[in-house]
Amino acid sequence: MGELLDILLTASFWAAAVRIATPLVFGTLGELICERAGVLNLGIEGIMTAGAMAGWMAVYQGADLWTGVVFAAIVGMIFGLLHGLLTVPLGLSQHVTGLGITLLATSLTYFTYRMILPDVPSPPRIEPFQPLEIPLLSDLPLLGPALFGQTALTYLAFGAVILVAFVLYKTPLGLALRSVGENPAAAEAQGIDVYRMRIGAVMAGSALMAIGGAFLTMSAFNAFFFEMVAGRGWICIALVVFASWRPGKALLGALLFGAFDALQVRLQQVIGGVPYQVFLMLPYMLSILALIVMSRRAGYPRALMVPYRKGER
Amino acid sequence: MTASAEPGPEGVVLRLRGITKRFGDLVANNAIDLDLTAGEILALLGENGAGKTTLMNILFGHYLADEGEILVAGPNSGLQPLKAGSPSAALAAGIGMVHQHFTLAENLSVLDNILLGTEPLWRPLQKRREARDKLASLMGQAGLQVGLEVVVSSLSVGERQRVEILKALYRDARILILDEPTAVLTPQEVERLFETLRRLASHGLSVVFISHKLGEVLDISDRVTVLRAGRIVADLPSTGTDRAHLAETMVGRPIPSTIRSPMEPGEVLLALDRVRVPGTDRRTGLAETILRLQRHEIIGVAGVSGNGQAALAGLICGLVRHDAGEMRLFGRRAVIGSPLVMVTAGVGRIPEDRLDDGVVGDMEVWENLLLEDYRQSRFQYAGFIRQAEAQAHARDVIEGFDIRCPGPRAITRLLSGGNIQKLILGRVLDRRPDLILANQPARGLDVGAVTYVHQRLLEARERGAGIILISEDLDELLTLSDRVAVMYRGHLSPTMPTESVTIRQLGLMMAGQKAEEAEIDAA
Amino acid sequence: MRLEVRGEVPLALTVLAPAGAIVLALMLTAIPLLWAEVPVLRAYGLIFEGALGSRFALTETLARATPLIFTGLAAAVAFRAKLWNIGAEGQLYVGALSAVAIGSGIFAASPFVMIPLVLVAGALAGALLMLIPTLLKLRLGVDEVVTTLLLNFIVLLFVSMMIEGPMKDPMGMGWPQTEPIIEQAALPKLIAKTRVHAGLLLALLAGAAVWVLVQRTTWGLEMRAVGANPAAARFAGMPVGRVVLRVGLLSGALAGLAGVGEVAGLKGYLTLDLSPGFGYSGIVVAMLAQLNALAVIAAALFVAVVFVGADFMSRSIGVSSYLANLIVATSLLTMLLASLATRYRIRMK
Repeated sequence: MGELLDILLTASFWAAAVRIATPLVFGTLGELICERAGVLNLGIEGIMTAGAMAGWMAVYQGADLWTGVVFAAIVGMIFGLLHGLLTVPLGLSQHVTGLGITLLATSLTYFTYRMILPDVPSPPRIEPFQPLEIPLLSDLPLLGPALFGQTALTYLAFGAVILVAFVLYKTPLGLALRSVGENPAAAEAQGIDVYRMRIGAVMAGSALMAIGGAFLTMSAFNAFFFEMVAGRGWICIALVVFASWRPGKALLGALLFGAFDALQVRLQQVIGGVPYQVFLMLPYMLSILALIVMSRRAGYPRALMVPYRKGER
Repeated sequence: MTASAEPGPEGVVLRLRGITKRFGDLVANNAIDLDLTAGEILALLGENGAGKTTLMNILFGHYLADEGEILVAGPNSGLQPLKAGSPSAALAAGIGMVHQHFTLAENLSVLDNILLGTEPLWRPLQKRREARDKLASLMGQAGLQVGLEVVVSSLSVGERQRVEILKALYRDARILILDEPTAVLTPQEVERLFETLRRLASHGLSVVFISHKLGEVLDISDRVTVLRAGRIVADLPSTGTDRAHLAETMVGRPIPSTIRSPMEPGEVLLALDRVRVPGTDRRTGLAETILRLQRHEIIGVAGVSGNGQAALAGLICGLVRHDAGEMRLFGRRAVIGSPLVMVTAGVGRIPEDRLDDGVVGDMEVWENLLLEDYRQSRFQYAGFIRQAEAQAHARDVIEGFDIRCPGPRAITRLLSGGNIQKLILGRVLDRRPDLILANQPARGLDVGAVTYVHQRLLEARERGAGIILISEDLDELLTLSDRVAVMYRGHLSPTMPTESVTIRQLGLMMAGQKAEEAEIDAA
Repeated sequence: MRLEVRGEVPLALTVLAPAGAIVLALMLTAIPLLWAEVPVLRAYGLIFEGALGSRFALTETLARATPLIFTGLAAAVAFRAKLWNIGAEGQLYVGALSAVAIGSGIFAASPFVMIPLVLVAGALAGALLMLIPTLLKLRLGVDEVVTTLLLNFIVLLFVSMMIEGPMKDPMGMGWPQTEPIIEQAALPKLIAKTRVHAGLLLALLAGAAVWVLVQRTTWGLEMRAVGANPAAARFAGMPVGRVVLRVGLLSGALAGLAGVGEVAGLKGYLTLDLSPGFGYSGIVVAMLAQLNALAVIAAALFVAVVFVGADFMSRSIGVSSYLANLIVATSLLTMLLASLATRYRIRMK
């Protein structure tokens, strides 16, 4: 118990929690946007992988860091466009198409990596984003470094939460986006182009997912490894349910998850005699648990996973 | 408000020319010409399947016509061609549409539903205050009151319709299309709707009123256009015509009359004694209910949809359980709980929603005919389906119930609505059930199919079945039922002999009045 | 352009659709090959040669197809009932793990006892693992896609824990692997000196059995009805929950058998690289087969050809063998497009 308290009272623990949460914030927000528009995007795992490689590779090829982030986002949007085209106007199964996008994005990523770097034994490193300490605020005890001593991408994630929440609830665009996820027929009767709205949402969401992936190679680590996304995409999908499709709760969920993951790493060192795999399992189990707890109350978008066809009799 | 409409040549605000639409081999609309003038209420009359809804969906841009042209008068200009296939173009041209199945997002507020699509998508903030002001004045002028911050899912059917009309008015519609707007209203609500429409028309709004109900059409419209099998067969002023003439024009042949011969009721088949079914609220559950159904008897259940009919139907179908009271089925206390128990007990169930509950659209006709019977040793041996036997049975039912399809192996979803209903009817009645629940059995069918369904139900009654008929169509109820009862907020009224009730009285009861009061008020 | 519902699906189209999908996929994957500056046709030729060009190649392909038939069936059965079991990978590993647990020497008996025993153990383990997400879906409404996906990660960690811990082979020179399956529990080879084992026979039998189950029995009728329209199935009196449970158990068992085959027929012991994603490829196999159990066999052979052949091609002309994954993933998407052609007619307008 005392050890637990010790961990909880270190600033580095909270900083790690926020760091771990960052890609999840991007991914969860991205998935949330897609699902709010009525499209489940199981391409997330692959899109995060593609984003991780694309951003890092761009920087390794000489681009600056922000160009790398933008490049990752564009790659994400392209896969989002593909997913959107297949599931929205063509109405194909969102489950199977999403898995297909994940398989495609992953294999294309690995293939490309091998194409560009055929003979390297270990992945080359880049100079990643450096922590940007906000003066005064980052000196606050405990939470100062966690919230104000992170890299620019983490601040971008926080900003994205606020922006997405604002757009969803305060703007005509957000209303239109929510309406195509609730009742596309109603949206179309009011002159909203359902296809365009849905495809646009999937592209925007996929861009965020890809940035989440890029955070891994450009901020958390400094190189691309195979299978480095390690199910984070699937965890994001669980987090969207946990968050009841609300951006604020998504941030909260991701932070809780990050804290738990950071804790599990530290407990490994404290608690002896338990195989390390048990600790590594905990985050996945926590995700399943979160789904179980929230599944009953979920205020899911009514038209989620329901394809919409114009003029179908 | 909408009086600013400046009519085009000869006051015409909308002109359809040569509209033709085909679905595969079916010609839903065949060279339709139509003119609508300012301030006019035009009724588009036709039976189900005549092509009314298709035509309006083309006008509103949901469907693309194969041929033809639509012209709309702008606020300050003459007739202009309307961009086809684009609801937003129709909206911009001042066309508003109230669909038969409301197009409201249930989880959003009334204001959000009205505002949706009215503002430029990239505007950084919604202008909710201005919208509220404009709506307040619109509601005053039109005499329609609705709470703006309420979530749509909590509104009654009548209130939702008011939201739909407000949606159109908010966009300064000069042409308002209403598709079967009275289907879900009580007779008194219909009166209110008509008052609103007359008021709006006097301000210059043009209204297209789609219906298959003759009385209403004569009541509300200035002019009637009759559609039959995709063609316009008559276009005449409402004054100077009568029901009989319109009916014959609409159907194209004399309508066969359905006659219910009096019969002596037999033993009690179903008895509900203070049965209660829990629901999410008073509208969806069933309050303590008393009901007795006998052989050779049809009991009609009237009511605005969403007043507990689903709970009553669910109970008899075995989909929901009661949590208080006693249910006796064929003289025995029924514990129930599952559809299977009801199926094996010999209850025939015709579901409200044919495509959702009635059939598996992607499966073949013979498989759908087997859905309730595949456990019988006639159709299976040790779990293996006797294919030949099952398909032979399907051929029998297809013939016996006149199901028009290529054969037992046809994919069910490709059948017409009427034939799918015949399929369900065949599956249910072929078992010769003693107790039948028929939930909206004729909704959406054309006259021929409606008559067919009614005849089959009356035949079942004659052979000794007892039937509970749930319907929103009061004419249907009064034609078929020996006794009627009304559902309101989960309460089922005592049954009354059909001969002793009037439509007006039923209407008042559907709006919540007690039987005695309704009798007095109606008198 | 718009889609129009097709009245009848011409028989030829159900065969042409997957064929067309594969051709389209190969055309699309020609783009990365052009980028790699290799002659496209030669590359595909090498894949073909490497998978079918010799007796050895052919047997390798058959060996590779064996687990794919099982995982393909697992996906086909589950998807037919709209139970999205994406956890075949995990079910495969628990199947293999329990086969090893029973069959690596805690006791020995005749092969007639041992082999059925490891098969049952593996199937049971896969089924039990799938029981968790199925029950969560039925009882609590928890989406099975995410739970089955996440269970894959948990199972892999669990296997890693076992092969580094209690089940580690003391003679394994420190490598994380289990003790080998004893001879009596190993699946016999079908063809001597190759890697084709009796698991292939079992897979073919399983394909036929699943086809009969789905198409010819009352259980199959229930499965298909529940998958296509659960509300109507429930209304007609079908035990929807029990049907889904049955499907979940069957799907998990089939995936578990894939693991048994790999460990008891091929590798002999369990390591963490037993499956290069057979569970996920099974989804592609099932979709290419349009969820038809007999067609799963053909689709599994195609995917096996791509994987075995791409290895050969990679060694010959130095293009990364990830091309195989790329071809398989692309053909999943093109197959989805092709399935559209069987349901709809495309009218240009």
